Parts: sequence; structure tokens; C-alpha cells
Amino acid sequence: MQLLGLVLLLLGGGALAAASERLHRNAPRWLALGVIAVAGLYLLTIPIGTEEQAAWIPRFGINLILAMDGLSFAMVALTLFLGLIAIVSSWSEIDESPGFFQFNLLWTLAGVVGVFTALDLFLFFVFWEVMLVPMYFLIAIWGHEARAYAAMKFFLFTQISGLLMLFAILTLVYLHYDTSGVITFAYVDLLGAELDPSYAFLLMLGFFVAFVVKLPGVPFHTWLPDAHTQAPTAGSVILAGILLKTGAYGLLRFVVPLFPEAALDFRWPAMFLGAASVIYGGYLAFSQSDFKRLVAYSSISHMGFVLLGVFAWNTVAVQGAVVQMVAHGFSTAALFMMAGALQQRLHTREMGQMGGLWLKAPRMGAVALFFVVASLGMPGLGNFVGEFMVLIGAFQVDVPLTIAAAIGIIVAAVYALSLMQRSFQGEPNAAVETMADFGFRELSVMILMMAALVWLGIYPETLLNLSAPVVSGLGVDP
Amino acid sequence: MTALDFQALAPHLTLTGGLMVVLLAVSFWRGHRTAFALTLLSFVAAFVALWPGLDAGPREVTPLLMLDAYAAFFNGLFILIGAVTALLARRYLEGRAGSPEEFYLLLLMATLGAMTLASAQHFAALLLGLEILSISLYAMVAYPEEDHPPLEAALKYLVLSGVGSTIMLFGMALIYHSTGALGFAEFAASVATGDRADLWLVAGQVLFIIGIAFKLSLIPFHMWTPDVYQGAPAPVTGYLATVSKAAVFAVLLRFALDAQLLEFSSMAQLSIGLVLAIIAVLSMVIGNVLALLQDSIKRLLAYSSIAHVGYLMIALLVLNALPDGTMAVETTLVFLAGYLAMTLSAFAVVSELSSAAAGERDSIGEYAGLFWRRPVLAAVLTAALLSLAGIPLTAGFIAKFYLFAAGVEGALWGLLWALILGSALSIYYYLKIVFAMTVRGTDVPAVPTSAAGVATAAVLGLVVLALGIYPAPLIDWAGDIAQGLQRLP
Repeated sequence: MQLLGLVLLLLGGGALAAASERLHRNAPRWLALGVIAVAGLYLLTIPIGTEEQAAWIPRFGINLILAMDGLSFAMVALTLFLGLIAIVSSWSEIDESPGFFQFNLLWTLAGVVGVFTALDLFLFFVFWEVMLVPMYFLIAIWGHEARAYAAMKFFLFTQISGLLMLFAILTLVYLHYDTSGVITFAYVDLLGAELDPSYAFLLMLGFFVAFVVKLPGVPFHTWLPDAHTQAPTAGSVILAGILLKTGAYGLLRFVVPLFPEAALDFRWPAMFLGAASVIYGGYLAFSQSDFKRLVAYSSISHMGFVLLGVFAWNTVAVQGAVVQMVAHGFSTAALFMMAGALQQRLHTREMGQMGGLWLKAPRMGAVALFFVVASLGMPGLGNFVGEFMVLIGAFQVDVPLTIAAAIGIIVAAVYALSLMQRSFQGEPNAAVETMADFGFRELSVMILMMAALVWLGIYPETLLNLSAPVVSGLGVDP
Repeated sequence: MTALDFQALAPHLTLTGGLMVVLLAVSFWRGHRTAFALTLLSFVAAFVALWPGLDAGPREVTPLLMLDAYAAFFNGLFILIGAVTALLARRYLEGRAGSPEEFYLLLLMATLGAMTLASAQHFAALLLGLEILSISLYAMVAYPEEDHPPLEAALKYLVLSGVGSTIMLFGMALIYHSTGALGFAEFAASVATGDRADLWLVAGQVLFIIGIAFKLSLIPFHMWTPDVYQGAPAPVTGYLATVSKAAVFAVLLRFALDAQLLEFSSMAQLSIGLVLAIIAVLSMVIGNVLALLQDSIKRLLAYSSIAHVGYLMIALLVLNALPDGTMAVETTLVFLAGYLAMTLSAFAVVSELSSAAAGERDSIGEYAGLFWRRPVLAAVLTAALLSLAGIPLTAGFIAKFYLFAAGVEGALWGLLWALILGSALSIYYYLKIVFAMTVRGTDVPAVPTSAAGVATAAVLGLVVLALGIYPAPLIDWAGDIAQGLQRLP
């Protein structure tokens, strides 16, 4: 029960952190940090390929089935790493109820770890929904000015698409029951379900919509800019870095293997949505004047590559999508931290009130430049590897859509460089007299993320070897 | 009647005995504390008496009552809810009612009526139980004599519920006219040999269903619900929303099972199913839409209860596709257990936050910042609302999951889409309250609460979570009861 133990460790740690607020104001932070560190070390002791099972609701053949393959391991490791970053990045930002804050943070992480490891569709759905509630509280309680609207929109979008997925899950289970006489929610059993093609297509759509809302893909993206902009820094880091990846993971883990024929039939529309997200997200990012909102829209653009890669339906592209997921996790989390740091110092996110900040805070400027060029796809960094592999794979399938997505990279250069120019370069803004530079705490986590991106850019084999068995198991190559 | 009959009736008889004791006690020795303690004791004794009752086996006591595990399940729930209502009413009534003692008599009596409904298998028992329950409730709604709204609510309830009963009674008369039967099973037997499409019979069934729909406040027979819920004292509203709904549904399901209400062999029978389906869809959709517009938490919960009974109709309508009844009974039991726990926890919080001085905490604005003032009560209300919204790890999710499973198995696609639409709408208004509770820096004055009340609410909140996290025992139990009731096709 190691994987369940990991989830319970995070849940229990969260409860302890909430209770520890009575002892000392700083206790929850240190405790949460400790819990994540222990969880990270614990993760390293769990061998890849672990699978565990316990009975839960026998009436419906529902079991607690958790398993970890290479892809799950990479995603869980990313989750814990960014969880650590989120705690450090919010160290001095959250003053009200730090205990409940860390509680919600750790419970979100627990839900996400569950999503990445559950192999029972009921259990998966439970984790899928459970990660929403604490995230809702993070936005609703510690968010910025329009938090009520943003939190509600976030919850409604994911919850309603989740209902469609629940409907699809149950229908799948009962169709499988009709042919096999066994009622079960186990992923492995349902893989073999014989489905009528028209049913399979509808069920695939139910899953697809839930995951693409989370990803997010155009036209289901409108919750993202609001939620990401209004969330506190730690919330944005977790949303962009991890929660979006659950959508991509769902496509890879469920949509493609459960409904291979139906998903292949749906290939062109899905790739089109991917390419449209790349361009439209980039276009909208360019027109933002709010630092954080710009980064939020850039996420839509970057996640479009993931959608394109998954449905390009060949090993190179799918592997590229996996690299893009991880690389985007680091680069966007860092940019959201930058936005949070700027807001804490300047009390604004408007780039019109920034400008020439490099002079005041050269360390921040250098760090920002690094992540901006990572985000626009500079060779040698992780994002380039991901986007390049996706484009190579997609090119073999559909040339026009690949060209469209490649244009998206140019758009990325435009918005990313304009972000840099409007905030850190150009005429110094007279209103800003002094600004504290990054201290040791902030700089050290930034350096960690830089190192991760460089490693991913130079030697992506570390990640590719982890995910290779999973990707080849999908059977996407012709 | 034999000794075994009396044993089977043990819970009813114990509660009746308790009722007598409380009646005598408050006649000779008035005192709020005494009346309360004796009431609680009666509930506990009646709960304990459930076991000897069950040991007597499924037993028909007179042609009126069927005392089986199905009835015992509901009786247990009603007794527990009665005890919780007593716990909540104690602090609530202090300072608000001149003589609070008689309230407990009414509470015991209403519970007895509900228990009769759960075991009724004859129209006479149905009417008897329903009237005992309703008449006690009229008085309970009006109990705090110093307020105007409760009186208005009671009058509305009296008139409209009376109309409902009359319509139902007329329906029963027509059914008797065409079949000569008043017992559910005799009715089915007589229908099976006779003409199912007989106009009087169909009219009687439709009128009967309309009467039931009044009591369940299904749309379009719901008009009284929001006003009564809002006007009634909070602990009574909680009782009304849980016990009276569950008891009526319990008897409706038993009638549908015994009388084969939903086995469509003719167009006339089909139209009854269609009417029920339309009522269900209307309740799910319109109930949720109207709830969106509310600022009063009690009115909001009233519309939400309309929607929830609409959801539950799926369990009844599944009888058409799966006539052996196991899925319908199982779904009903699991759904109602969850619904009762979550609804009661919500009303427990509302009731605990009300005080004689400040009145009822009814508008959502008064819940602003509750998380920072009363974290325990806020957490319970959050659990209850998330459960009503159907979020996993709460009882409400298991309840909704069961409806989905039943609907998919019975291929009731239209009703399932209405369920999805209704649930999607409902998330907004439940979250609106949750959000209000997280707002900081509000100046809503604090009210004194009682340790017993807060503890009751906390236990209810834990029940909501426990049923959601580990529902297997409840599901197994419901499955056993459903097997026991199974009718041979």
C-alpha cells in the first residue's frame, strides 16, 4: 500500500498543518515543507511498476487500484517538486490563516497524486473531483480582487465537464457488463471492452471534453485566464504546473487506450483544436497588459502543442507531448512566481506600471529573461525539445496544421519578448523608486527550475526513457 | 394478534408508550428539561426496540402493516432524526415559546406517523400515517407562538396539504370503486385479472399520484414548499425536509412495487409512467433554476429539496425497465440515507445559528465569514452543501452515483440528462453559500450556541463524510433489504 500511503501522507500532513497553526504562525509552512520533502523521498523508494489493490465498494466492482508506471512516476515527481516550489513561493505572501492554506495546498497535491496513479475509473473520478475543492478554496479565500468570479467559473467548468465524464464512465461500465457479465471499474478490465463504434465515439467525447476543459483547449479555455490570474501565487503555480497536466495525462491514459478507434476517427478535429489553441492562445497573450494574464494565455498556447502531439498518433509526437507537459510545468510555474514576486513588491500586475525594472533588480531581470526565452522555445531548453518533437510527429500526419502550429512559435516569440520589454526593459517607470531584488529563498528555487529546464533541454532521454514503455504500449504507431 | 405480532410492532409500541409517559409527565410536572429528557429516552428505547422487531421477521400485522427490514430501515432513520430534532429544538425553543413542553409530544407523534407510513401496505394505513404525521407537523410549524411567520406558514401548509390529502383520498375512492381493493397487493391482484385500462382506475391512480406529489412537493405541486420552509422554525424545517419526504416516498415505492404501478401493459398505464417522468424532469430543472434566484438559505434549501426528490424519481421510474425492484429499492435506500444526513446537517447549522434574540439566520449575507467565526459549524455546512452538490467523498456523491447507475442500467437517458443539467445548475447556488462563508472582515454579530447543538451538527457532518468515504456497509445493507423485498416476476 505504498502509493495509497503517499496519498494519505499528504492528506494527513495537510490536516496536521491546519492544526499546527495554533502552535505558531510559521509552523504550518515548515510542516508542509517537511511533508513534501518526506513524500519526495518516499516516492523514490517506490519502484516503477508497483501495483496495489484493496476492496472498496464490492457491489459495483470498485477497488482501490493504484499503480505507477514511468509516466505516472514522472508526473508524480513533477507534482511534488512543484508543490515544494509552491510552498516556498508563498512563504511570505500568505498571512491570513496559513494553516488552512497549507491544508488546501497539500490536499490538492494529494488529489493530483491520486489522479496520476489511480487505475480504477471510479477512484480516478473521485480524485479528479477531490482536487478541485481545495483548489477552489485557494482561489476563493486567498485570491485577488475578482476571486469570487474566478473561483466559481473554475469550479463550474471542471465540475460540469466532470459530470459528463461520470456519465461516460458509468455507461462504459454497463456496456462492458452487458457483454461480459462482470461489473467492474478496473481500468485493465475495461480496456478489453467490446464497444459498438457509435457508442464508443460518444463515450470518447465524454472523456475528451472533461480532459480538454482541464487542458485547456479552445473553445473550453475561458476559465483559465480568470482562475490563473486571480489565484495566489502558489495556486497559479499548482494550477498551471500540475492541474493542467491532469487533462493531458487523462488523454494519454484513458481516451487513447480505452477508445483507440474512436479517438483515431476524432484525430483531425482534435489536432485542429490543438493548433487553434496554439495560435489563438498566443494571439490573446500578446494583447494582454496584465503580466499574469499574459502568462496564463501563453499556457493555452503551450498546452495546444500537447493536444496536437497526442492526436498526431505517433511515438515521436506523443513523446514530445510528454516533454512539453513537464517543461511547461517548470517554465510557467517560474513565470507565475515572477508575477507573484512583482505583485508583492509593486502591488500591481499591470505592465504599464512597470518598465526598466532590470536596473532596480538585476537578478530578477536575468531570471525573467531565462524563463521568457524558455517559454518562446529557445533550443537547449526543455520547451524546445517538446515543441520540436511534436511538430516532427505532426508533420508526418497533417502538414497544414503543423505549419499553423509552427507559426504559433513565432507568435510566442512576439508575446514573450514583449513581456520582457514592457516589464524589465525600456524606460524606467518613474513611479517605481526602489524594488527589492530576489533573496536567497526565491533565487534558490528559481535556480532549481532553471537547472531542470536545461537538463530537459540537453538530455531529455532521462524523461523519454521513463515514458517510452508507456508510449509504446499505446500502440499509436501505424 | 399473537405475541409475535406485538414483538414485530415493538418500535411503534415503545414510541407510543414514550408518548404516553411524556404526556403524563408534562401534565403533572411541567419542565422543559424533563420533557426533553423523557423524549430523548423514548427515542432511544424505540431505537433499541428495532432489534426485537426485526427478529420477529418480516411479518404482516393485520392487513394494514407490513413490518419487514424495509420498514425497519426507515423506522431507524426516522427515530434518529426525531432525536436529532429534539436536540436541536431544545436550545431553539428556549425564550421563543412560552411552554415548549408540548412540542416534544408533537415530535414523538409525527415520528410515529412516519413509522406507520414506512410499514403501510394498505390505503387505510397510508392515510392514517400520513394524517398523524401531517397534523402533528402543522402544529410544530406554528409552535413558536410569539412569531408571525410560523403562523402564516402553518396556515398555508394546513390548507395546501389538506387539499393534497383530499385529492389523494378521492383517488383512493375511485380505485376502490373499480377494484374493490384497499390493500396494495389485493389491488394488484384485482387489476391483473380485470381491465387495466378502466377509466375510473386510471383516474384514481392519477389522483393518488397527484396527492403524493403534493406531499413530496414535486413541481407543479410545489407552491407551498418555499413559504412553509422559510416560515417554519429551523429544526422543524429540517424535520419536514427529511422525515416527511422520506416517509411519503417510502410508501410510494412500496405501493409501486406491490401494485405493479409501472408495469405498462396498456396505454393508460404508460401514461402514468409518462406523467411521473414529466413531473420528475420538471422538478429537477425548475427546482434548480428557482433555487438559483434565492437569497434566503431556507428557501434555497426548499427548492433544492424539490430538485432532490425529482432526482429520486429516477429510482422509482427504473421499476419500468427493471421490474424485479432490487435496483429501485437499493437506490432509494442509499439515496435517502445520504439525502437525510446531508439535509439534516444543513438545517442543524441553520438552527444552531438562530437565536431567540437575533431571530433566524436566514439570509445568505448573514453567513458571511462564518469560517472565521464558527469554524466547526462552517465546516459542517460546507460538507453538507458539497454533498448536496454531489462532490465525491460525501454521501451526496454516492447517492447521485447510484442514480446514475440505476438510470444507465434502466436506460432512462432523458431523465439522466435532466439530472446532469440540474446538478450543473445546483453547483452555482451551493457554492455561493460556501463562498459567502469564506469572506473576511464582516461584522455579523456572533450568537451563543450550545455545546450539544454544535456536537450534533458535527456528528451529522461526520456521517455525511463517512457515508461518502466508505459506503460499502450501507450499500450491502440496502442490497440485502432489496433482495428481501424482491418480487417474483
